[in-house]
Amino acid sequence: MSILLLILPFIAAIALLATRHLPARPIALTATLANLVVTILALSTFNGDGSFNYEVSFPWVSSAGISFRLGLDGISMLMVLLTNLLAPLIVLSSFNRQYNLENRYFGLVLLMIGALNGVFMALDGLLFYVFYELALIPIYFICAIWGGANRIQITLKFFIYTFVGSLFMLVALLAVYLKTPAVALENGLPEIAHSFAWEDLVAVQLDPATAWWVMLGFFLAFAVKMPIFPFHTWQPDTYVSAPTGGTMLLSGIMLKMGVYGVVRWMVPLAPEAMQGWAPVFLGLAVTGIVYASLIAFKQSDLKRLIAYSSIAHVGLIAAGVLSWNKAGMQGGMIQMLNHGINVVGLFFVVDLLERRIGSRSLFDMGGIARSAPKFATLFMLVLLGSIAVPLTNGFAGEFLLLNGVWNYNATLGALAGPTIILGAVYMLRAYGLAMFGETTRHTSEFADIGLREWIVLGALAGFVLVFGFFPQLILNLTDGSVNKILGAVQF
Amino acid sequence: MKTLLPLIPFLPFIGFAVNGLFGRKLSKNLVAIIGSGTLLVSFLLSVACFNEVASTGPIQHSLYNFITVDSLHVDFSFLVDQLSVWMMLIVTGVGFLIHVYSIGYMHDDPGFWKFFAYLNLFIFSMLLLVMGDNLIMLFFGWEGVGLCSYLLIGFWYANTDFTKAARKAFIMNRIGDLGLLLGIFLIFRTFGTLTYEEIFDRLAIVNPDTGTITAICLLLFVGAMGKSAQIPLYTWLPDAMAGPTPVSALIHAATMVTAGIYLVARCHPLYSLSPDALNVVAFIGLATSIFAALIGLRQNDIKKVLAYSTVSQLGLMFVALGMGAYVTAMFHVTTHAFFKALLFLGAGSVIHAMGGEQDIRNMGGLRKALPITFWVFLIGSFSISGFPLLAGFFSKDEIFANTFAAGGNWWWAFAALGGLLTAVYMSRLLFVTFFGQFRGTEAQAKHLHESPLVMTVPLIILAVLSVIGGFLNAPHILHIGPPQWMAGFLGPVVGNVNLHHGGEAHHLAASTEWTLMAISTSLAVAVILVCYYFYVVKRSVPVADSAQGRFATVLSNKFYVDEVYDFLIVKPAEKLSQLLYYYADIQGIDGLVNGVGKGVRALGGQFRKIQNGNIEYYLLAMVAGAVLLFLTLHL
Amino acid sequence: MLDVIKTIPIEYYVYLSSLLFCIGVFGVLIRRNAIVVLMCVELMLNAVNLMLAAFSTYLSDAQGQIMVFFIMVVAAAEAAVGLGILVMIFRNTKTTDIYKLDKLKF
Repeated sequence: MSILLLILPFIAAIALLATRHLPARPIALTATLANLVVTILALSTFNGDGSFNYEVSFPWVSSAGISFRLGLDGISMLMVLLTNLLAPLIVLSSFNRQYNLENRYFGLVLLMIGALNGVFMALDGLLFYVFYELALIPIYFICAIWGGANRIQITLKFFIYTFVGSLFMLVALLAVYLKTPAVALENGLPEIAHSFAWEDLVAVQLDPATAWWVMLGFFLAFAVKMPIFPFHTWQPDTYVSAPTGGTMLLSGIMLKMGVYGVVRWMVPLAPEAMQGWAPVFLGLAVTGIVYASLIAFKQSDLKRLIAYSSIAHVGLIAAGVLSWNKAGMQGGMIQMLNHGINVVGLFFVVDLLERRIGSRSLFDMGGIARSAPKFATLFMLVLLGSIAVPLTNGFAGEFLLLNGVWNYNATLGALAGPTIILGAVYMLRAYGLAMFGETTRHTSEFADIGLREWIVLGALAGFVLVFGFFPQLILNLTDGSVNKILGAVQF
Repeated sequence: MKTLLPLIPFLPFIGFAVNGLFGRKLSKNLVAIIGSGTLLVSFLLSVACFNEVASTGPIQHSLYNFITVDSLHVDFSFLVDQLSVWMMLIVTGVGFLIHVYSIGYMHDDPGFWKFFAYLNLFIFSMLLLVMGDNLIMLFFGWEGVGLCSYLLIGFWYANTDFTKAARKAFIMNRIGDLGLLLGIFLIFRTFGTLTYEEIFDRLAIVNPDTGTITAICLLLFVGAMGKSAQIPLYTWLPDAMAGPTPVSALIHAATMVTAGIYLVARCHPLYSLSPDALNVVAFIGLATSIFAALIGLRQNDIKKVLAYSTVSQLGLMFVALGMGAYVTAMFHVTTHAFFKALLFLGAGSVIHAMGGEQDIRNMGGLRKALPITFWVFLIGSFSISGFPLLAGFFSKDEIFANTFAAGGNWWWAFAALGGLLTAVYMSRLLFVTFFGQFRGTEAQAKHLHESPLVMTVPLIILAVLSVIGGFLNAPHILHIGPPQWMAGFLGPVVGNVNLHHGGEAHHLAASTEWTLMAISTSLAVAVILVCYYFYVVKRSVPVADSAQGRFATVLSNKFYVDEVYDFLIVKPAEKLSQLLYYYADIQGIDGLVNGVGKGVRALGGQFRKIQNGNIEYYLLAMVAGAVLLFLTLHL
Repeated sequence: MLDVIKTIPIEYYVYLSSLLFCIGVFGVLIRRNAIVVLMCVELMLNAVNLMLAAFSTYLSDAQGQIMVFFIMVVAAAEAAVGLGILVMIFRNTKTTDIYKLDKLKF
């Protein structure tokens, strides 16, 4: 099952990248839908007690203790669900644009989706690293080839920034790897090997000084990816210049690699350093929440505004997860899924507006609600989810996250709290400027959404409501795994 | 009944869904029938609930598990006790009347279907708020009604001022909501549960001296301040009058704004443990009551006067709560719902007749053209002013009596002053609008007409309620109707307590009670007479803004509070946003990041000069290196 | 045959091949004509070959001579490729002066 999730997009990707004349759109959509079906099948027989389901393991580089090992516990399952739930929508939303070299574009998107699935399923340290970097390559080309103004410069910065972060992670990973007990190889050769297996890495007891450095190394990688203040400056530019499909992949799924990495790798591998580092990390995350929210509310470029709002939201997720208690963790889990849904919806809206009126500036918009009521309604729903109105999907997560941070430290909780006010301020300002008021010369001829757009936005809005009314569906999925991790990793 | 319970909120929700999804294609009659019909059924079910609660006690019903995370267990579940069912009756009853009224009022609006959808969504949220059996359910409704308020204030979204008012309402409410949310967190940390019943069962585990309870109460009260428009979060409510008038009546007068009162009354076991918190509640309430009444004296927009009056009356309710007179506060909520809905709908009828005109200086003499509206408006005004034996008379009198008993002379005097000012601005409004000569344009004079039946019938029903509503809880001393019936009904949930006198409900001597009643009543009647003399006999009309005295200018500019907020909060925040963006983000942090890149490039620029492309140099360097290596290894 | 080689003391081979190697090095360093430079490179390689062959004989170990063959093959290949490149360069630039061939700088 888990191997299928990898292979399907990879095969489709290779087919599209290697050939020139295959019908790209149907293949991409079919592959992602097939992956979604596999995910749902996996969910139907999923055992949520915290053990790894559908585990596969092949020896890879046995002399170095590296194996090709995949498995799904609740947390991984949630991330895989996120990836494959959004993937068809991202592919479908790209249909609205005509890209040249369409085969390449969709091939890269599929490659990216395969790599993301790999990241979330890998149970071997080096395999995780390989997928983590592999995911960077397609998105680099997507942004650099189909991006907007200044794309080469911005994408290069993004690439170097995240790549440097990852190198720190590799060093940290190796440091822990070298501390794993060396075992003689079975085939009788004289060499001995350490192990990259997740369990072995977790079992290592580090001395405080090493743990301090290891955690820092991991944090740099994940903080850049999420991104956490002050490692965020690549993000608004990249989101703005990337093609919308790329922005959705980045914001909806890829940045969750960072949060996932924190939960799966950073804290379990070096819990000894959490005592010292957690206040710093949480402080940065909470600062980022307020900082990004404040910046967001005078932005005129809608895409940039959402990029900053994403920093604020992810800051809250990071803060909740790092507070390392049940409420914060579960809140982080559910919010990763919901933030993915909301942010993809919002970027889809931006793309739709940009295609219709040729501008992303809020001051060129206005009065759209009059000519496009269907669009206005769905946009409003997604926006409500994003500002965490109760009974939409954002609420349960935000409530649990704030509760988690508050449990860790009441002052930090109170400082993170204003995000619910500031979020409403900038989102409603943007909505008001875009949708209300008098129509401008750009918006007087605004056409309401067509069928394909309706499917994408409608599906997202549907998720907003379903997960808003029934958050326990998600919480049940991750409950066992979160308990297990929290129980195993204490500090 | 238990299984039918979810229908009460979800019927309006179905109405919302049907009207919201298909309303555009349905005929107006069908939309109206779906919108009001679902609500009528809800109302009837609420009545049935009322019967059951009155006879057999509270009903509890859990639908499904919303969130379970460790000990945090929240169900989507309902608790209908006396307090809830009382609010449900107000919400669905008054709500239904206003729905019916809206059929006439909004008839020509292209957004007719949307209006009913939003109204139903509001009713759904409000019912969740009052029916929930835990604080999360309350929070659902709490934010839900805020959202509906946003949607309905900005209903005519082409007008940018209206949408700004809507946003302001939502954001101010969100500030309050944050307080409420933090209060909920603190409750959960303290008591380990969010269900009312369990919280109140575990009160004993907290040492009342530690201040935790006070902190909880104050945080919850911040939420109440936002929703019920108290100082300092009241400025959204007057602006909220941008919405259609039925919305003002339903949301911004009769129901939503009383959610704060409901919250405090619901959590009264907590408040009763914290005299400090109650003092704060009473003080803020009193200050708001007088402050808003003063502003109301100098407003010339018919809806603005009523809005400030609402703020002022809500202040009085908080005074009652602060005195521990929870039932009294609920009593005033009830009568206020009747007469304030009546006044707003009456004002709507006037505006309807005047073709959208809202400035009372351009009205006058309307009683001939709008006889029904005039009479019901008169009843409403007299009722809110405390004219003897009308509904407002009883509830306000009870507030004053409780204030006197629990707070003493000064509290009573200031509360009574707030009540007195009510009489002043209401009679001014009444006389200027309906008496004297018509001051509008020719076209308006021709257009004047009484509203259709669908609007006047709800008005008449509300007028009747405004007259007799007081007998729900008539004081013992009058011997009319069942004395203190409402107190008896709500008693099991929210008895009046007097903290300042050892936790026992107090009773004033009958003579004291008579005296207080006589003073406040005679003053109110006197004020009405003076206003009559001034505005009707002397026919004076409020002057233009420029011709006012200095204090009057301050009043008509609402003490410049909006300007102060703008200067102290909004402008600095916007400036900060820009400064952070340009200086901290682009130049500061990103500058640093780019600086690293530039540094590396500069270094490379220096190093590349070594690579001059001349093979001889490369070879020389190689030989030199080899020699050096050889020397270091062997010497 | 081996005896003939051994009639000359090993030091003489070392001196000769060192001398040849140094001539090659200096030739590479100071000559400007690329062809001469290539020839000097050949000289250096052959100096090494000479040394390898001599020691191989003295130590009675065939590995050295195997090495020599290796080097001769590589040198031949190198000369072929190098001269090929030079011909191309000369056709394009009409010069073999390596001072003028600094297109790769920066």
